[in-house]
Amino acid sequence: MSDRLSVFKTYKLYVGGKFPRSESGRVYEVTDSKGNWLANAPQSSRKDARDAVVAARKAFGAWSGATAYNRGQILYRVAEMLEGRRDQFAREVADAEGLSKSKAAAVVDATIDRWVWYAGWTDKIAQVVGGGNPVAGPYFNLSSPEPTGVVAVVAPQDSSFLGLVSVVAPVIATGNTAVVIASEKSPLPALSLGEVLATSDLPGGVVNVLSGRTAEIAAPLAAHQDVNAIDLAGADDVLAKELEVAAADNLKRVLRPQPVDYTETPGIDRLTAFLETKTVWHPTGSLGASGSSY
Amino acid sequence: MTFEYAPAPESRAIVDIAPSYGLFIDGEFVEAADGKVFKTISPATEEVLSEVAQAGEADVDRAVRAARKAFEKWSALPGAERAKYLFRIARIIQERARELAVLETLDNGKPIRETRDADLPLVAAHFFYYAGWADKLDHAGFGPSPRPLGVAGQVIPWNFPLLMLAWKIAPALATGNTVVLKPAETTPLSALFFADICRQAGLPKGVVNILPGYGDAGAAVVAHPDVNKVAFTGSTAVGKEIARTVAGTSKKLTLELGGKGANIVFDDAPIDQAVEGIVGGIFFNQGQVCCAGSRLLVQESIQDELLDSLKRRLSTLRLGDPLDKNTDIGAINSAEQLARITALADQGEAEGAERWSPACELPSSGYWFAPTLFTNVTQAHTVARDEIFGPVLSVLTFRTPDEAVAKANNTPYGLSAGIWTEKGSRILAVANKLRAGVVWSNTFNKFDPTSPFGGYKESGFGREGGRHGLEAYLDV
Repeated sequence: MSDRLSVFKTYKLYVGGKFPRSESGRVYEVTDSKGNWLANAPQSSRKDARDAVVAARKAFGAWSGATAYNRGQILYRVAEMLEGRRDQFAREVADAEGLSKSKAAAVVDATIDRWVWYAGWTDKIAQVVGGGNPVAGPYFNLSSPEPTGVVAVVAPQDSSFLGLVSVVAPVIATGNTAVVIASEKSPLPALSLGEVLATSDLPGGVVNVLSGRTAEIAAPLAAHQDVNAIDLAGADDVLAKELEVAAADNLKRVLRPQPVDYTETPGIDRLTAFLETKTVWHPTGSLGASGSSY
Repeated sequence: MTFEYAPAPESRAIVDIAPSYGLFIDGEFVEAADGKVFKTISPATEEVLSEVAQAGEADVDRAVRAARKAFEKWSALPGAERAKYLFRIARIIQERARELAVLETLDNGKPIRETRDADLPLVAAHFFYYAGWADKLDHAGFGPSPRPLGVAGQVIPWNFPLLMLAWKIAPALATGNTVVLKPAETTPLSALFFADICRQAGLPKGVVNILPGYGDAGAAVVAHPDVNKVAFTGSTAVGKEIARTVAGTSKKLTLELGGKGANIVFDDAPIDQAVEGIVGGIFFNQGQVCCAGSRLLVQESIQDELLDSLKRRLSTLRLGDPLDKNTDIGAINSAEQLARITALADQGEAEGAERWSPACELPSSGYWFAPTLFTNVTQAHTVARDEIFGPVLSVLTFRTPDEAVAKANNTPYGLSAGIWTEKGSRILAVANKLRAGVVWSNTFNKFDPTSPFGGYKESGFGREGGRHGLEAYLDV
């Protein structure tokens, strides 16, 4: 009996809920940690980045307007779908990061648990960081967190799956939409995550995954006037500075790269980094000098 | 018939302005390294009030070194001890409130009614509020024992000189940071008097340093390599420049920038209250307020009625001597600002908007601009898009709540907004959709130290006030 010839997979971008190839028609070789060919990943262009922003903006209204409970349900659904593809991701992470089978499996388990952790945050963060303010006057005064908008995420370079999920989940848990640049060297787990998201009730455009040259894709995103924030987790110091300078043009919120141990349970910093605080005032009782009252 | 008012001037005898002031560095008033000075004048009369040392780069360096040295001991103090210094400062501000109010009115040009009844009570309240946080930081929700950042470089504007100082210094000190603060060149005096309050309170030397000066001094504070935190309130253009300067550094940054606040009046709004709110929203502090309600969005069906009431009300506003207790509208802060307002208003007229001001006599000396209303304004008009930072209101109309929201959000800014309607569900629905950091419904321009303030989009990032305001000064 002859050995069966395996079926290769064509990895594609995930933009607006669809799986396009790069509009540039380019791909680049992705290899495992030993240099063996794994796949040709799409090499996104500036146009792909702009298309992804359009998709993310279009999705923002409904996603940010969904109830926190609903967002939590959908995020949890993502974890369920990931669990079903545990073996696939373990294989991809092992290849991408040169890990043993068991270590890669542990990373995938931690990643799924990370989704679950963030899924539970959607309907709690407002109570933790918002609330009533005891102003010295006859006013009802309430501060609540709101998503900042479209967030560009430069995913970590070395942690292709756990790191990726650790930066993407908090962005969308709070109601933002994301344009994610996968690890340049190891983009395959990120591209496969797109397939999971597409089948998890997550509306198209909420997460958009691009692969290619980080610097090439990040530059137009950092300069894009319709991007509200940027997470520089996977940018080196030189690129991070360049992107931060570009981000100043429309005063994007910037989360600088910082040393993170992705295996540790995160704090809420990545949730709050992409939240605005809105404070609403209303008189209680008297409506002012003219004497009108309740 | 018109009522005549007898003059009711506040005495300026209560405040003793010296002919010259130094920089306040390491607990001492000192001359600038290069000996430069500048004059500060009263915008209402153009009278020279005093001559003030002008900080340069060398002075910034000296002040940062003093602050760094002081940081070690100040940050190591038990929170309860830091709290007591802040409580002392708050009390002394209350004791000297009259003096400071008169001083602020002289140096800034804003009416005594506002410095006395709005600025000063809020200044004291901010120090009281953050004093109480100093020994409770473990419970503020930023994890156990959050740490201060170090030296805070703070640059503040001229529209609320002492209040902006309080917003910056109170949370910085409460969290254990030390401060180098640059007040605006047109309004340095109340900050220098604050230095004297620090002396009276026995605040350790170097914890607060005050450097009057121009933009170059502010830029030097922002760029100084040993500054750990930068806080700026001012124009969006300068804010962007600062964001570029700190890019790639570890400096933590918060920015409170410009705005073009929409004040939305629905057809069921209480008209009298709305008119008061509109007036307060745009003519408070001569409209020199980043969160001013400078775009009035009126539901089309009540436009005529509302504008009639508004014009009638504007005709009763009293413009003139800021020290007169009956004055509603004071002087514009500087000749430069007056020129900017004048140019933008002229542009509004040139672009076809209809300009209206009440009959209003302007004093012959000083910088004055009559309350001004533009109607027939569309979203494309400059007066509907650019922040004017003066007593100029642009009126636009809408038909449906969705249109109101779309128009309100149609700006790169996102600081404030107002909603006037008797319908509760409409208030909450519209407030939800507005992209602005502060939404005042059936009121406007209300401030409180417990209430976070700050913008969306190009109005900057970070919040001042409340528990949220601590975050900017903690290593979290």
